Amino acid sequence: MKKKILMRGNEAVGEAALLAGCKAYFGYPITPQNEIPEYLSTRLPERGGVFLQAESEIGAINMVMGAAAAGVRTMTTTSSPGMTLKQESISYLAGNELPCVIVNMVRGGPGLGNISGAQSDYFQATRSGHGDFRSIVLAPENVQELADHTIKAFELSDKYRMIAIVLGDGYLAQMSEPLVLPDPVKSAPERSYALTGAKGREQRIIASLRLIPETSLDAHNHDLQKKYAEVKKNEVLFDTYKTDDADYVLVAYGLSARIAKQAVRNLRNSGIKAGLFRPITLWPFPSDQLEALSKKTKKMLAVEMSMGQMVEDVKLSVKGNVEVDFYGRTGGMLPEIDKIVERVKSYE
Amino acid sequence: MSKIYEFPKSMNNVPTHYCTGCAHGIVHKLIGQCMDELKIVENTIVVAPVGCAVLVYKYFKADGIESPHGRAQAVATGITRVHKDKIVMSYQGDGDLLAIGTAETLHAANRGEKMVVIFVNNAIYGMTGGQMAPTTMAKQVTSTTPNGRDTDETGHPIRGCELINSLEKPYYIERCSIHDIKHINKTKEAIKKAFEYQKEGKGYCFVEILGMCPTNWGMDPYSRTAINWVKDEMVPYFPLKLFRDKGVRTNA
Repeated sequence: MKKKILMRGNEAVGEAALLAGCKAYFGYPITPQNEIPEYLSTRLPERGGVFLQAESEIGAINMVMGAAAAGVRTMTTTSSPGMTLKQESISYLAGNELPCVIVNMVRGGPGLGNISGAQSDYFQATRSGHGDFRSIVLAPENVQELADHTIKAFELSDKYRMIAIVLGDGYLAQMSEPLVLPDPVKSAPERSYALTGAKGREQRIIASLRLIPETSLDAHNHDLQKKYAEVKKNEVLFDTYKTDDADYVLVAYGLSARIAKQAVRNLRNSGIKAGLFRPITLWPFPSDQLEALSKKTKKMLAVEMSMGQMVEDVKLSVKGNVEVDFYGRTGGMLPEIDKIVERVKSYE
Repeated sequence: MSKIYEFPKSMNNVPTHYCTGCAHGIVHKLIGQCMDELKIVENTIVVAPVGCAVLVYKYFKADGIESPHGRAQAVATGITRVHKDKIVMSYQGDGDLLAIGTAETLHAANRGEKMVVIFVNNAIYGMTGGQMAPTTMAKQVTSTTPNGRDTDETGHPIRGCELINSLEKPYYIERCSIHDIKHINKTKEAIKKAFEYQKEGKGYCFVEILGMCPTNWGMDPYSRTAINWVKDEMVPYFPLKLFRDKGVRTNA
């Protein structure tokens, strides 16, 4: 059995990126994710990889685009205001169908907000950039999953030639927890699109400009949607806790889910049948599974470290079968277990 | 009889999308000729800007990628850092390189990234319809400066080579023009030198080329008006000059 070690969230992401075969990292300093570039600044060059501190978040994501086009596994990491700056090129990466991993250790906003953990980037992770496109979004709830999801993000990103976002938060980034490091990834896929010099073959072009309305851009967008439908069919991840007989279901992801889980235990101890539904992929959102659950549930409560973002997807998913309530804290405040318990008790 | 001219083998023989009298066609041909002479097209990766040259990759038998507006040298950085043995060319206009992409330009230059930057300066935004560019001349009429560029309000045109020349790491910096045959030939020499340095794995090479945009300058492309405007208005403000050549210094 592999040994458990103690690691800080940010460092676990850095180590997992190495294990996934990341060959090029570009980033810009922003709290609370700075330990990731600090970790990789020595570890990546040791392994012959590229580490470069960019002039800006915009510079970093465009360097990622270059490295992805060059045909290697590549990553950038940031926190909320930095994620906003990257949105322009996130759209270009999607239009170009280039794979890459972006880790966003979310902090509070709007504006400069503060540097405490938050979940208020759900919208900009799941509905980012201009144009019709999707990115895969994974939401880890502990340091073990931060590492596991970082590796999974690289694999999904390559499998579908899409951006994969790991959506952590400032608390997960900074907390130290025991984890078992995942196994290193041995192989990376063939990249028939990679720019390697056109020696002995036709030139390859990576471009998102599609000037002819019907046959190029409209057709391309339909192709992208077909790919997204595949992802939706194959890659939905979620977790449930005591939902089989639950009258009331809490819906929460990431750190909020850990808090909500304890609330479920407390409610069960007081004889109330509560359960937890935890989306792990925020896109594709586990809508079908949540809809099925809504048919045998009296009420749902979305718990978030935001003023209510994921709750919109919960409401869309349950199609009016059940009332969906919301409880959220922001500014670095965490949802309180007692407040969740009190809210659910009020439904009785 | 010997052949004295042929279409560059490194280029795709297709009609270009450029306007009559545009500078890009001439600059593309010079690049194609240099690629032929140095036999590098199969080892070159072209980064396209947003602007009139957005389709530049279509015209060369090289791999190519489009960049978001202004970000070409950041994209090129990602490529050149991964493919250390490849030649990376970033081809950009004045709005792309010196307005929205100023940060990407200066920092790629400051890091001395191994790439050739071909900077076509025509003192205007072409593709969007002739708005004021960072290199638009004082009093020049554009669609957003209908009474001429007022330098009190909008500042003076930015000199790209001079900015780059304030940094330590760039390897080769030269400003050229294509307003007559002599200068076209000189421009070719500069482009060739920049590619030669890339072939040798040297650093950042920046070639600025002053060129015409008769369409957006409102000039007759069949007369010499636009060509003369480059010579008489642009060249005095943007001096044609070899700013730096570390290759020469090393050889000396």
